[in-house]
Parts: sequence; structure tokens; C-alpha cells
Amino acid sequence: MAGFREYKIGTRIFALAFGGSMCITLLLPSINIAAVSSTDIALAKSLSAGHETGFNLDDPFLQGWNKPFVVSLKADPKTGQPLAEAQTVYVYQKGTTFPAGILHPRILGAGIEELSVQQGHIGDAKKDAGAVFTVSKGMYDGKARSFVENLTTTKGWTPADVLRVAKDEDISHTGKGKTMFVREGCWWCHTLLPEQTQDWQVFGAPPMLGDFNGESPTAFGSDRKAPDLMHVGSRNSSREWMMMHFFNPRLVQPHSIMPRFDYLWGEKDAAGQKIDFAKWRSEYTEYAEGKRVTAPEVPSYASDSEIRSLIDFMISLK
Amino acid sequence: MFKYLLAKNEDIPAGSAAVFFGFSSIVWFVIGTGLGSFNAAKLAFPDFVTGNIFFAFGHMRQVHVMAVIFGWISMAFAMAMMYITPALGNSKLWSEKLGLWNCMFWNVGLALGLTVLWSGVSSGREYSDFPWPIDLYLAVFVFIPLAINVWMTVLNRKTQGIYTTNWFFVSAIFMVIIVFLVGNSPEFFHLTGLTEAYLTWWFAHNVLGLWITPVAAAIAYYTVPKVTGNPLYSHRIGHLHFWSVVVFYSTPAAHHLMSAPLPEWLKSFASVEGVLILVPAVAFVSNIMLTMRGKWYMFVENVEIRFTITGCLMAIPLNMQGGFQQTRAINWYIHGTGWIVAHAHLALLGFSTFLEGAAVYLGLQTIMKRKLYSLTLANMHYWMLLIGFTIYWISMTIAGLIQGAGKIYEVPYIDVVIAEHPYMIARWIGGTLVFVGNVFWLYNMWMTARVGTVVPAGRMPHELGYER
Repeated sequence: MAGFREYKIGTRIFALAFGGSMCITLLLPSINIAAVSSTDIALAKSLSAGHETGFNLDDPFLQGWNKPFVVSLKADPKTGQPLAEAQTVYVYQKGTTFPAGILHPRILGAGIEELSVQQGHIGDAKKDAGAVFTVSKGMYDGKARSFVENLTTTKGWTPADVLRVAKDEDISHTGKGKTMFVREGCWWCHTLLPEQTQDWQVFGAPPMLGDFNGESPTAFGSDRKAPDLMHVGSRNSSREWMMMHFFNPRLVQPHSIMPRFDYLWGEKDAAGQKIDFAKWRSEYTEYAEGKRVTAPEVPSYASDSEIRSLIDFMISLK
Repeated sequence: MFKYLLAKNEDIPAGSAAVFFGFSSIVWFVIGTGLGSFNAAKLAFPDFVTGNIFFAFGHMRQVHVMAVIFGWISMAFAMAMMYITPALGNSKLWSEKLGLWNCMFWNVGLALGLTVLWSGVSSGREYSDFPWPIDLYLAVFVFIPLAINVWMTVLNRKTQGIYTTNWFFVSAIFMVIIVFLVGNSPEFFHLTGLTEAYLTWWFAHNVLGLWITPVAAAIAYYTVPKVTGNPLYSHRIGHLHFWSVVVFYSTPAAHHLMSAPLPEWLKSFASVEGVLILVPAVAFVSNIMLTMRGKWYMFVENVEIRFTITGCLMAIPLNMQGGFQQTRAINWYIHGTGWIVAHAHLALLGFSTFLEGAAVYLGLQTIMKRKLYSLTLANMHYWMLLIGFTIYWISMTIAGLIQGAGKIYEVPYIDVVIAEHPYMIARWIGGTLVFVGNVFWLYNMWMTARVGTVVPAGRMPHELGYER
């Protein structure tokens, strides 16, 4: 066996060169990135998306299982009294996995971690019982900080209490919607990353360093064949428009090259009637060929449909 | 193939693994480019096969990418390693049996992985889209067995030194295993946020820079001297190429995220290192071009040399783009546009595909001891690849420049979509030409195996004249 022995120097230099590269590209950036604190955007995003929106063992087929709800709470869940102003809470029903920042508070960042643990009691949240979280304001080391508060401990609000007082229109299926965003490959054409140099006017402000803590996948996208979506909810929050646009983008934008997502409506519409896609398509073809004056009506989606969650996610992108 | 899986290693004819890898890679190439053509049609004509989850663009786009990277390109690499590594060590492949099992596990795993991707089960991370169980499978049943076979073959070589091609093979397979395991660590360990975003592009950059680029170049270091009969122009320049790949190509991962909020030092560092990619590129191209001295007629007359040299020539625009487009001055204009799509296809369909194509043409003829069935079909394959790719590259580059201008001058997005439409049609035509060319290639290689003229013992296939 001739072996590598004539290559002793070469293998050592290789180890040095490759190891040095890995040190510069992995170790040093990891020190910087680990020191980044969550912004309010990151707290809201990770609490609304839940633990993971790509492939994971709790949702292996990317159906939107094991995801929290975002509830705009208008009444106290214990007393039923109206609140002075609506409060956004994140409802993790029992068995739902908590986001990375709750499981590993270090991800939240300096100050936020301490406040969330000491005042927010996030360590008391139990997966078996479920929990209700919110983002609260506090002071740490003389500076104002946001932190995650476990309302189940601090106020005794359980997920069941919150869902009892919340109406369907106050609930956003953001986490399931982000899963749909990943599964349907929206990010192959729509970026979630306005660029630092030129996107301010059209697509809004680029993200800050701490806007992604706890998020997975970040799904920045790399190929912008379509508008950036990071702030789409600020530009357009019409559910009506989104519904038509997802069903067939050519209904609202004749030159669009976006695929139709009518299959996300599922079998039945909002009224529980079976949706006749074949009929719709043939009527639409007549309309597109000029044989019909108006386009056929887009069926309204059921409240538990996949498209509802995707639209919820779109509107959450403020 | 199946009868050899349980045979004794000594009873398996030398080169069997390479043959199965070779044909597998061509089949995956046909599948991958067919999917690419289908996807391109959907971008040109959005109502072409629509409203069905299994034919949605977002479900098929990643299947095309993974089929060509892990099916075509990587299996062609495995094929090249299975016959070139022993040839350069004047020995036999360490284990044909391991190679055959490797090939079977590779095909099974890739088919499984692409099926789950197609159904939408994805990690949501570009280039590392496979869910982590598939990633682990690929590491354990695909890359590690390949590495063991290549390393053991080099260790058991009968020559004293190790030739340039084998340095690249031995180290690239090591680096790709590291890249595969580290790059997918966000999935294994649920790393989130910027770590996940950065490691996604760290993987994407390094799988190209430390696997596809060096192995493709290594193939040229074998095919050109072997077929022309000229010795490699300079081993010293080969050293420069090798070491500069290890040092400069392994560091610029962050230049894929120039507009993302990463530490600024990291982006600046990556950008400078990115320009230094020109060092291995210039070393490689000049070395191969100078090796061709006195044998340039073979560029016209010989299929393998024509493929190899075309690939090497593509490395010039590829690296000029690659070196400079990632600097801040240029990146702000072309980032996220079709320019990048054109560049990615220049790397994978231009540069590397032509080099691997040569390896598969040469390898299958050499191992099966059969002369290529038809020069005409090979010429058609070459020109359809080249013309199809060129149409694709030019149209996507123009579309990218339009998108860039639209981005800078804040043109309403839909006007950019309208302006791009003709180039989307051109891209579909180019991609379809590539696909049809590959179907001809599959037929040609199949017929070579069946009825190609037997190459006499002691002869190389390129020493025989073409018959059709």
C-alpha cells in the first residue's frame, strides 16, 4: 500500500487551509450572530409561526399541524369584559411545540432573555397544557425592552379561555400559512428580503439584524421573479383581492405569470358546498375568450382551508 | 446490475459500477432537463397545466434543481471517479461491489427524495431542500461509501505519486461530506434565524465550489491528456489551482447574501475572497489550453475533446461573472434577477455539464470497449446542448438586466414581467433543445452498449474512426 505518506506535508497544509476557512466562515460569524438580540419583529414572527414551518417530525407532510394561532383579543378571557384596546396574543394549544426562543431563551437576546424568564415566566409554560404568550414592555438595566410574557402563568389565561372569547375573524392562522408559503414554493419567486440599497420606496425597509431570531426557515428567496413580500400586508390588506388573486391571478392582474392556487380551497367552500372547479374553469375560459362578459365568481373559502391560512400569513406581513 | 449486487467482488467485471453510474446519470439528466423545460413553459405560459398541486411550479422547481445536481452532475462525477481513479493509480477500483450498492442506494434515495420534494415536503432552504432524513440518507449511503471507495483505491494505487485529478477527487469528496453535514445542521439541530439563513447559502456556495467545480475541473485534467496524448502542461499550475480552490473557494459563502443583514465584515471579506476565485479559474483554463498545444484539430474531430474544451472555455465567462458580480458595486444591480439564473446555468449546464459529458462519453466507451454508435447523434447532442444553453443564457441575462433596471428605477413590477415575457419564451425553447439533445444522447449511448463496434484489446476508443 503506497499510502499517503509521501503527502504528509500536503495533508497537513490541507487541514490547515480548510480548517482555517471553516474557522473564518463558520466560527467567527457564529460569534457575531449569536450576539444578535431579537427585535420586536422577530418576537412577533417567531411566536406567530411556531417552532418550525419547514419539514419537521410534528408536521412531516407540511399540512400546518402543530401550529399556534394569533388572536386579536378584544375581551378578557376570564371575565368576558371588553379590553380597553385589542391585545395580540399567541395561543399554543396543548401539545403544540413552542418556538425556539421559548425553548432556548438565549436566542431572545440580552435583556429580553432575563425579562422573559423572570417577569414573563416563559420557563413555566408547559407543552402538555398549552400556553398563551404575548409581547410586553419592560425595563432592563435602565433600558426599555420588549419581552415574551406567558399569560397562562401571569394572568391565568388558558388557550381554551382565549379561543372561547375570540371570534373566527379575530384569529389568524399565520403559522399554518407560513407552512403553506414554504410548501407551495412561494419563495421561489417572491423574496422575503427587501434589498438594502434600493428597495425602500417600492417594497419598504430592509430587515434589521435581529429580525430573524428564532425563525426557521427564513425563506429569504434568491430569485425575484415577482414582488418582494416582506411588507406586503402594509401595501395591500384586502382579503377580497387576495382571494381572487390566489384563485386565478389573471382575474386581477391580466399580465401576471403566477400559478393558480385554486387547489388550496380544498373540496368545499365557506357554505360547505362542493366547489365545482371544472365548471369554474370552463366558464373562465369562456370569459378569457371573450364569450362571457364577467368572470365567474370566486368561491369563498372555508375557515379551515389552506388558502385561509395563506392569506392570514400574507396579511400578517406588515 | 442486480445479479452483481450479491456476487463476490472478484467475480464482478471491472468498471461495472462506472457503467451503471454512467447510464444512471444520463437518465437523471434527461429527467432533470425535462422538468426544467416543463418549468420554463410554465413561466412563459402560466396557464399551461395549471391548478393541480402536483404540477404547480412551486412543487417542481426544486425537483429540477436537485435532479440535475444530485442525479446528473454528482452521478456523472461518481462515474468518473469509479474509472479514472483506478486508471490513474494503475490499479483496480477498491470494491466494485461497494460501487454497485452505492449506485443502487443513490438511485433509490434520490428517487425517494425527489418524490417527497415534489409533494411539497421540503425544508424550505434553497439547495438544501431535502428534508433532513433524506440528507442523512444521502450522507450515509451516497457520499460516504463513494468516499471510502475512492480513498481506498488511491491508497491501494500502484504508482508512487498521486496525479492532479486524484488530489481533487480525494479532497473534494472529503469536503462535500463536511459541507453536507455542516450545511444541513440547521435542520439536524433546529438552528434558526440568521444562522439558518447563512448556513443555507454556506451550503449552496460550498457544494458548488468544493464539489462541482473542482471535480469537473479534475475530469478535464484527465480527459485532455488522455485523449490528446499530450502530457499536462504544468503540474505546478495544477498545484496552484488545487490550493487556491481550497483556500479561496471555501470562504466567500456570504457573498450570496450581500443584501441581507449579516455582519458587514463577513460580507466584505466574502466579496474580496470571491474575486480571488479568479486565481484557480485562470490557472485551470490556462493549464488545459496549453495542454492542447499542437492538438487543436481534435477540438473539431474528437467528441470528448470538443466537450471538454467547450466546458473549459465556458469557465472563462463563468468566472469573470462569478468573480465580479458578487462585489457590492455590481451585486446591488443584478442580485435576485434572471442574471443569476443565467450564471447558475452557465456553471452547471455550461461549464460542468460539458466536462462531465466528456467523461461519460469517454468512460462508457472505454469500459464497455465499444466505439461510440453514432458521431452524427453525438454532434446533434453537442450542438443542441450548446445552442440550447446559449439561447437560455443570453435570454436570461437580458431578462436579468431588465429586472435589474426595473429594480433600480422602481418600475412597477408588472411592467418588468411584461417586458420579460419574450425572454421567458426563449428560455423555454433553449431548455427544450437541451432536453431533446439529451434524449438523443441516451439513445446513442444505449446503442453504443448494444451494437457499438468492439474496441480491440490494447486500443483506446478514440483511436478508432467513427462509423456513423
